This record gives sequence, C-alpha cells and structure tokens, in this order.
Amino acid sequence: MIKTDTLIIGAGPVGLFCVHQLGIIGLKCEVVDNLDKIGGQCIELYPDKPIYDIPAVPECTGEELTNNLIEQIKAFKTKFHLNERVEEIKKVEKKWITKTNKGTEFESSSIIIAAGVGSFEPRKFPTKEIEKYEGKEILYSIKDKTVFKDKTICIFGGGDSALDWAIELSNTSKVILVHRRDDFRAMQASIDKANKLKKEGKIEIYTKYQLDSVQGKEKVESISIRHDDKTIKEIKTDYVLGFFGLIMKLGPIAEWGLNLDKKTVPVNTESFETNKEGIFAIGDICSYPGKLKLILSGFHEGALAARGCFKYAKPDEKYRFEFTTSSKTVKERLGVKE
Amino acid sequence: MPKINYIIDKENTQTIEVANGLTVMEGAVQNDVPGIDADCGGGMACATCHVYVTEEWFDKLPKKEDGEEDMLDMAFEPKKNSRLSCQLIVSDELDGLTVSMPSRQG
Repeated sequence: MIKTDTLIIGAGPVGLFCVHQLGIIGLKCEVVDNLDKIGGQCIELYPDKPIYDIPAVPECTGEELTNNLIEQIKAFKTKFHLNERVEEIKKVEKKWITKTNKGTEFESSSIIIAAGVGSFEPRKFPTKEIEKYEGKEILYSIKDKTVFKDKTICIFGGGDSALDWAIELSNTSKVILVHRRDDFRAMQASIDKANKLKKEGKIEIYTKYQLDSVQGKEKVESISIRHDDKTIKEIKTDYVLGFFGLIMKLGPIAEWGLNLDKKTVPVNTESFETNKEGIFAIGDICSYPGKLKLILSGFHEGALAARGCFKYAKPDEKYRFEFTTSSKTVKERLGVKE
Repeated sequence: MPKINYIIDKENTQTIEVANGLTVMEGAVQNDVPGIDADCGGGMACATCHVYVTEEWFDKLPKKEDGEEDMLDMAFEPKKNSRLSCQLIVSDELDGLTVSMPSRQG
C-alpha cells in the first residue's frame, strides 16, 4: 500500500500542473495514468500540433508543453504509475483507498481526478460478431511480434502504427495492408517504404476497402473486405490487426458514486470538490457553469483543488497563502538555490 | 435561424434551430441531441462527432481539410458521405441540412 497525501488520476497537462501546485504547498502526490507515457491528450492526440493559448507561451506543441510541465515539477520527484487504470476507490475511515487494474493500492486523504474524457483505449472494428476473436487473432496492439512469424496478417489502418507494423512484419510474415482510402496519413518515408515493398511483392495493399466480415469456427480463417463500390473480396489470413488510434472512455469513474452530467463530473468552483468529500475533479472532466475546456482553465482549477486538498492532508494546520517569488519555504520545496 | 435535421435513428429525427456561426456539433451538444459525443470539444482530434450527410447536401458543403479526412480514418464506420460535425459551421446556406448518426461513436 502506497501512502501519499493526494492521488492524481491522469497525467495530462492539468494533472501535471496540479502536481506543482500540491508540491509548493508541501503536499505529496503520486500520479496514475492508463497511457504508457506522460502528457494525456497533448501527447496522444496532438504531440506535434501547435497550441496558441497558453498564457505567456505564444506557441508550443503538445509535446513541448508536456516536457516543460515535467521540467517544472522535477524537484518534487513525483512517482508516475503509467499503463495503469484506476478501477475502484473506497473510503476507509478518513482515507481513500484506490486500486488499479495492476493491483497497485494507494492510501490518500484526497483524490484529484484529472482524467480528461476518461482513459484512452484502442478503437475497435465496427464489424459485428467479432468479439469472440478479439484478443486472440483480432488484435489492436502488439505485445509479442514473434507469434506472427511465417503467418498471414491483415493490417487495417492508414496511420503510422499501421504502416510501421506492416513494414516491420513484412520481414517475417505475409502482410496485407487494408485502408479505407488511397491517402495514408503517416510519415512520408514510411509511405514510400510501403509502396516500395508493394512493388517488390513483399506487401499487398488494398485501398478503399474496409472490413466486412470475419469467417472461422474456432479461430479466424478468412476475412471479407468491402470496396467503396460494394464489391467484396475474400482473404485467407491468420491474424487481423486494427490500428485506428485511441478513443477515450470514461470507464470505471462512472461507478464511483460521483454525480455525473453526461460524461463530466459537476464540481463547486471554490475548490473543485465533487459530491464526495475529498474527491476533486479538474480539467476537461469537471463541469460547472461557464466551464471552458481549455488547458489554462485546468491550471486554475488545479491550483484551487490543491488548496482544497490541504485541509484533508493536514487537518491540524492552517494553510497560508504564499508567492513563489518571495517565499523561502516554497523555494526550498522547488529546490531553488539563492 | 437555420434549421438542422438530426436523424438519430429510423424513428427519431430532431430538427433544431442553430444560430449562424455555431457548428453542427455544437447545435447537437447544446440541445442534448444524442449520438454526438465530441470528446475533444471540437478540435478535430477525436472523431466522435462523426455524422453522415445526406447525399443532396454532401457536395454543397465546404470541402474537408486534410486533418478532417485523417481523423475520419479513426471514425466508427466511415463512409463516403462522412463528415466531422465540428467542422460544419452553420450559415443560411446550410438551412435544412440533414445529418444522421453512426450507430456508435467508437
């Protein structure tokens, strides 16, 4: 059981800045995120796209913003638990006990949910009645590429993941790449490489096709793909891989007894506390009159939520407001040398 | 105000007056029209405001930007007449636009 003052759910920009705000007022925290990297939507959806509305930063990319936020909280040596999704929370006396899907347990006096629109999960094929093959021959990520050796693999998608894997697996497997249109949105070098492999007969590429149906008793034996002009083509294959990016799902958060308004959690605007004492919600996931889904709003929300956590972490102390510019204590916490 | 028809399923269509300048996505979300999630809030980053535009309207709409077509690769059951409703800005010219929802957004 890991003991800390506050558990933050979500390592996006808002969660990261909240680490800073907790840190400067002397509270410890740990962060859990279901992605394999820090940065949330900024790193998953638009790492290389520019953002123009961060105060005093005229332009930066999602990745730059994330890296700067990580730099800003370096002094706090915060522990991040990546690739983990919080499954359940429960209150035991005055503490919140949190458990992740990997079995990690936390005890904290408060929880800050900075989970955006939920956790990122792979988008699946829309095709009906394929669940029985999913996780076996129909996959959305690759853990062990050796299982594909000398097999036939159909890869669906037109982005970097689809092309990178098509190129990589073509060394050891028969690869068929299927995409819904002629254009690919991957790096040009990968597109060129895939076209070269196609010319050499090492990859088959079908465009303007989508998955229509899957055949096979115990396991996948063949699939049918459908052209835009409705013609159907049958392909014998051992594996089917879909790379359609990630989608955000609210997931277990819906089961924690929090008030929900559509997919958001209503909060008060004094401390961003939810209907549950000691549970706060900030960033895209929270809602209140006038809410704007901006990173800058999330920073403000995190600053106030951090102060809201103080009374739970240190019930016998009075929180005293201090500026980072002038407070010796804050500077010590930030590791600033004068 | 321009009227936008949202076909939710075979039995249900909602016609909503949407002010010029708002997007077809905002018209749905602000009026609790089901079927449009818009997880990213209109940033062309999630493909969960995916709609199908009826044939007679599809060619009348402003063309897709590259980014929109890229995101549609991620959408649930994309078709030729797929659009992201966050990229359709309502104007008098769009009065009577009819869109239908995919069976899911993801």
